[in-house]
Amino acid sequence: MIDWQSTLWVIAAGGLVATSGALVGCWLLLRRMAMLGDAISHAVLPGIVLAFWLTGSRAALPMLLGAGLIGLMSTGIIQWLSQQRFMRPDAAMGITFSAFFALGVLLISRYSGQVDLDLDCVLYGEIAYVPWDLWIVGDWVLGPRAIWTLAGVLMVALLFTLWLYKELLASTFDPVYAQVIGIKTRMVYYMLMAVVALVVVASFEVVGAILVLAFLVVPPATALLISRRLPMMILISVALGWLAVVLGYMTAHMLDVSITGSMATVSGVLFGVALLATRLRAKIRSVGGELIGRA
Amino acid sequence: MLDINTLSVLIGLIVLGATSGVLGTFALLRRKALLSDTLAHAALPGICLAYLIGGKQLGWLLMGAFISGLAGIGVVSLITHRSRLKEDAALALTLSVFFGFGIVLLTGIQRWGDGHQSGLDRFLFGQAAAILPHEVAYLTLACLLILGIVALLFKEFTLICFDRDYARAVGLPVRLLDALLMGLIALIVVLGLQSAGALLMVALLITPATTARLLTQRLGVMVALSALFGTLAAAGGVWMSALYGRLPTGPVMVLLASGLFLLAILFRYTRHRLGAYR
Repeated sequence: MIDWQSTLWVIAAGGLVATSGALVGCWLLLRRMAMLGDAISHAVLPGIVLAFWLTGSRAALPMLLGAGLIGLMSTGIIQWLSQQRFMRPDAAMGITFSAFFALGVLLISRYSGQVDLDLDCVLYGEIAYVPWDLWIVGDWVLGPRAIWTLAGVLMVALLFTLWLYKELLASTFDPVYAQVIGIKTRMVYYMLMAVVALVVVASFEVVGAILVLAFLVVPPATALLISRRLPMMILISVALGWLAVVLGYMTAHMLDVSITGSMATVSGVLFGVALLATRLRAKIRSVGGELIGRA
Repeated sequence: MLDINTLSVLIGLIVLGATSGVLGTFALLRRKALLSDTLAHAALPGICLAYLIGGKQLGWLLMGAFISGLAGIGVVSLITHRSRLKEDAALALTLSVFFGFGIVLLTGIQRWGDGHQSGLDRFLFGQAAAILPHEVAYLTLACLLILGIVALLFKEFTLICFDRDYARAVGLPVRLLDALLMGLIALIVVLGLQSAGALLMVALLITPATTARLLTQRLGVMVALSALFGTLAAAGGVWMSALYGRLPTGPVMVLLASGLFLLAILFRYTRHRLGAYR
């Protein structure tokens, strides 16, 4: 017997994560900063633990802001370290995020009694519990709390993309030109990082700290193989994200395994199929070209 | 106070810390910092598959980890060479998909099979106290083997890190040496999974090496310092995790290594300010 209502809430939660993830993930990918998404998703952990601890609840807003701020701080530290002599960006990233993440894991395992968080949640989130954590105001039951949080963050990501589209475009593809026409590229960079941190923190409870990367990077990477035009790439990656969420949920339900892990795996399979298809197309085209050339 | 178990774990981790410090130096210079992170995450599905295929023996599990870690590296290089995606995208993609698949298998093992007895979670965050004395013996032996190879090929590895053209010109098999170095890095990452965990093994490799890089310009000194810092972090991790009960060893070691890094940054900064350094 399938409980349709909670199934739909779980898929909706996954879909919202995939949509926000695809929106910001495309920019990360095009700026060659995919691993920075990984770094931020690890680095926000101590912020999340502290916010849980201080507010004593899963109240959304203070947690989002506090943890988001720590995520932003970590990108600042990475930036600063990368500019030092004898430091490479990859080493700066590795050191910073592992230190933050280690601190978060240590806090959780030391104070797991006081904090309503465990390491399983860090690893793969609690998407299955989304339908049961309801937001209740007075006598009104407003539906799962996570859905509201994720929808709010999606609105922020959407407004950010639409409002700063031109600035993002220019500073991603031609930073020098962007600066010449008066775009504050540093400001755009930090705003993008802030939105990424927000998306990561909001997704944490649902998909965990590590697998959120699969939602940020894999659908945009697949879309980049398929399309060369940016608006198209964003739309395709959103669609691929939803496809992975639905298929992943079905697989997980059948095999009784982690839902998030299975969504990430399906995402990877979709990427593999796309890669194979583009390789085949290139082969066919080159063979076709040869034939035409010979004729 | 110090029982025989703790003592053997301490010895094993000191050797492990030193070896990963030494190899970390080369990983850093060859710009493989994030590749080793991907490698460590990609090892998870291999551990689970090995467990599903046949038994719980540590050597068998680690062999699975080694193979799937190498498969992860293969996928990264396939994506970077055969598609329009860049290395960062390939790394992030491989890391998250392999890890997601590992999580699928891990939860599967917990639910289909003999419940939580599998004990595979210890490979995620590391639990040094769970390492048995005879496993420590194998760990130490493997580390000494790695150190021996590095000592033998020290000049060659130095050359391929700093001057590949010259290395090629004097007839060194650059690609073979590269592959060997990467294989050794994969080996130490897999050996460290049990004590540092898949999620944080990269720090044991990279942080001591970067700390050493801040303090010296000479490779020999850098390798020695890095080994020293790795040893300190590992020994401190075992000690604190024995002292405070079931703390996961990985995070403690990483925080100690990061503390040393912070001290090195402060040291450099004050020296710079005092004008002794330019």
